[in-house]
Amino acid sequence: MYDFSPLIASFTSLLEKTFSPFWAGAVSMVMLGVAVLTFYAVLGLYLVYAERKICARMQNRIGPNRVGPMGLFQTVADLIKLLLKELIYIRNADAFLFNVAPFIVIVASIMAIGSIPFARGLQAVDLNIGVLYILAISSMGVIGILVAGWASNNKFSVIGAMRSGAQVISYELSVGLALLGVITFAGSMQLSEVIASQQDGWWIFKGHIPAFIAFVIYLIAGTAETNRGPFDLPEAESELTAGFHTEYSGIKFAFFFLAEYMNMFIIAALATTLFLGGWLPFHLYEWDAFNRLMDFVPPVIWFFGKTALVIYLMMWFKWTFPRLRIDQLLTLEWKYLLPINLMNLLLISFLTLMKWHF
Amino acid sequence: MALLNTFKETCDYLREIWSGVGSLLKGMHVTGTYFLRGDGVTQQYPENRDQLRMFDNFKGELILIHDENNQHSCNACNSCARKCPNGSIEVASVRVQGDDGRSKRVLEKYTYHLESCTFCGLCVPACDQHALAFGQTFEHAVFDKAGLTKILNKPGSTSKAKDE
Amino acid sequence: MEEAIIDIDLKEKEEYIVNMGPQHPSTHGVLRLETCLQGEKVKYLVPHCGYIHRGIEKMSEKLTYPQLIHLTDRMDYLSAHINNEAVSLCVEKAMEVEVSDRVKYIRTILAELTRIASHQLWWAAFGMDLGALTTFFYGMRDREKILDIFEESTGSRLIQSFITPGGLMSDVHRNFQKRVSEFIRYFRRKLPEYDALLTDNVIFRERTQGIGILSKEDAIDYGVTGPSGRASGFHCDIRKIEPYSAYPLVKFNEITYTEGDTFHRYLVRINEMRESMNIIEQLVDNIPSGEIMLPLKVVKAPKGDFYQRVETARGELGVFIVSDGGPSPARIKYRTPNFSNLFVLNKLVAGHKIADLMAISGSLDLVIPDIDR
Repeated sequence: MYDFSPLIASFTSLLEKTFSPFWAGAVSMVMLGVAVLTFYAVLGLYLVYAERKICARMQNRIGPNRVGPMGLFQTVADLIKLLLKELIYIRNADAFLFNVAPFIVIVASIMAIGSIPFARGLQAVDLNIGVLYILAISSMGVIGILVAGWASNNKFSVIGAMRSGAQVISYELSVGLALLGVITFAGSMQLSEVIASQQDGWWIFKGHIPAFIAFVIYLIAGTAETNRGPFDLPEAESELTAGFHTEYSGIKFAFFFLAEYMNMFIIAALATTLFLGGWLPFHLYEWDAFNRLMDFVPPVIWFFGKTALVIYLMMWFKWTFPRLRIDQLLTLEWKYLLPINLMNLLLISFLTLMKWHF
Repeated sequence: MALLNTFKETCDYLREIWSGVGSLLKGMHVTGTYFLRGDGVTQQYPENRDQLRMFDNFKGELILIHDENNQHSCNACNSCARKCPNGSIEVASVRVQGDDGRSKRVLEKYTYHLESCTFCGLCVPACDQHALAFGQTFEHAVFDKAGLTKILNKPGSTSKAKDE
Repeated sequence: MEEAIIDIDLKEKEEYIVNMGPQHPSTHGVLRLETCLQGEKVKYLVPHCGYIHRGIEKMSEKLTYPQLIHLTDRMDYLSAHINNEAVSLCVEKAMEVEVSDRVKYIRTILAELTRIASHQLWWAAFGMDLGALTTFFYGMRDREKILDIFEESTGSRLIQSFITPGGLMSDVHRNFQKRVSEFIRYFRRKLPEYDALLTDNVIFRERTQGIGILSKEDAIDYGVTGPSGRASGFHCDIRKIEPYSAYPLVKFNEITYTEGDTFHRYLVRINEMRESMNIIEQLVDNIPSGEIMLPLKVVKAPKGDFYQRVETARGELGVFIVSDGGPSPARIKYRTPNFSNLFVLNKLVAGHKIADLMAISGSLDLVIPDIDR
């Protein structure tokens, strides 16, 4: 439970003994793919359920509580309904692009999940440019949104897609610069190295004020990246009746919907890994008794707990604030977040040089 | 001078950010307290049908009041149907020979069209005999529209109305 | 009804026409807004109403005066009591009778409660249009308390048909006073939450300040009354100009501002809720006793023309009855506030973005059945 590397190593050696090297590699890749896909689907289902329950509590009501105990099977029922719905084909729409758009969005999202460290040794791919890889892959998702808006042959969809495109490419800058701050502190882009550098304390505590500012900026920019929360103008149902995914029905809509929640999970997971210590438990100074108590909880639980906290923050934003208009969104990024970010990055570099962090 | 201006502008910029963030946190505080309290005002209908009580004056549907001897007070005078603005009440009566030799009107069928009733309440005070009232049922959904045309006098009921 | 009243010519490049059609989550009711957009900016807007025209004025020509009530509260259904009061006052003015003090007090209390309920629903829907989805639930939850008061006394929550020419249909429930006082205490505690959630929020202020400015001259020209007109400096509160019912007996402020933008239209309504609570507080504890209904043999207006105006939650409602002495009005005409408020939308929106269109039409607080009757 506490260290998955021996398990993975023994499994790999078992495969290599039974199959030829080529087939061992192929079989392990297929199994990994299946595991990631299952994890993705199940987590997506329960994130939707969590959102519905959380927003219900904030709104003085109960949320799903009839389908299954406490409504746990509500999203399963929704998924079955979406699978059974008719796939409406638009007459003058570009059929190939129309069909491929949801796949672009979901593939980008799944590829990013692959490199997140869930526990010691439980990481699908540990690239030495980990953070850069995740940022690059997530920005492939915006291509899917633009293609979806264009291929729907619908004025509303095009407006929504264009807004979304402008929003995502602006906020990517802020996300990148905020993460760059932590990478400067940690000295490496490899995710396992970043976690290793937090053994003696999480960066949000060690980096004091600049790291906290970077965290807040990252959270805001990350919510904007995923078209969520107060930045959900592209899919604002009260203005453009669902924006770029107006014309999608059935499983294709389910892909967009799922991809949005899983992108939220990726942003939260990245925040956890870089700012909140990943799967490391919470240690206080050198209080051995307390630290050993914290160590007792498996790292997987720590990881998901911290991610859940960040996801709760993102949901809190969505259900409290009104929407920002597109020009206010872009003003926020280019006139407020970016200058603060750059100043912050300068400050972090200075602090790292002088070693004035904990 | 220009330096002082930029300094003031920077202070304004930072103050703007600070007050903006403060207002956002105030809003989050409201929803946060509701989240922690978690008191849902939702009622679990239809499981709580037995405990549901409507108010006394609730306008559910029109009923003809019947007592325990299956007697109603309607004397088929047609006042309620005349008052109804859109003809949702039809009173069908027959003339029968009374005990004292005079013929009097007796109610045969009291048709009430729930589908067109606007619940204006003009019929109830129009009745001199106080035969009508609004009932408390609210579950009127039917699959066939004919189910909304109701006959209000129960089968086998007689009238205890006084002669006019 | 299907042709445009004014043809929209696509003059410049990149202009296109978008129909915010009769079915849209944001135009509260069936209203078709034919919008000419250039990119993100709105250049011109033609509203098409009439999708919910039910012929109320024509139907009223066959109904007797007491029967008119059941149609008037379906016009602006959120100010149902006030609509009924308008017709009742007009008929009573025509018949030259005066109702008892008890009736006046109760009518005013019900009208003010209706005003608060209407503004609560407006707040709920306005927040939802702008994206703050929790405001919908908070507004509706608080409105339920008023609807319970109505249901207990009148029997229905939304369409009550309670205020009738000559008085009231029946007396209020014995719990009326207690419930109303309880509600005032409850809601005074909740109103600061509304402020914290929306009024003070920086995102909300950015969305509404300086948007859709209506000048006082335009408000008077177009006949925009009610909170939308008062936010532009137009003193149009009928409760102050021509007081009726129990309004001469209470002290309250008329809330006006001069800026005329969306934010001030919002502020007028929030502060009007406070003023309504002040009015109710002055009246609820000393409702005099008296008769509920005048002993009128027949309710009939004499020959002539009669006009009465009241202040609904959205503006000035005028009732004009042309009577030829018969049991039904020969012609009844309603001057509805929403009809005048709608057609100023084109002027307000020109040059703004689509997202502002939602904010502006939300702040004008349109109820479409009132436009179409």
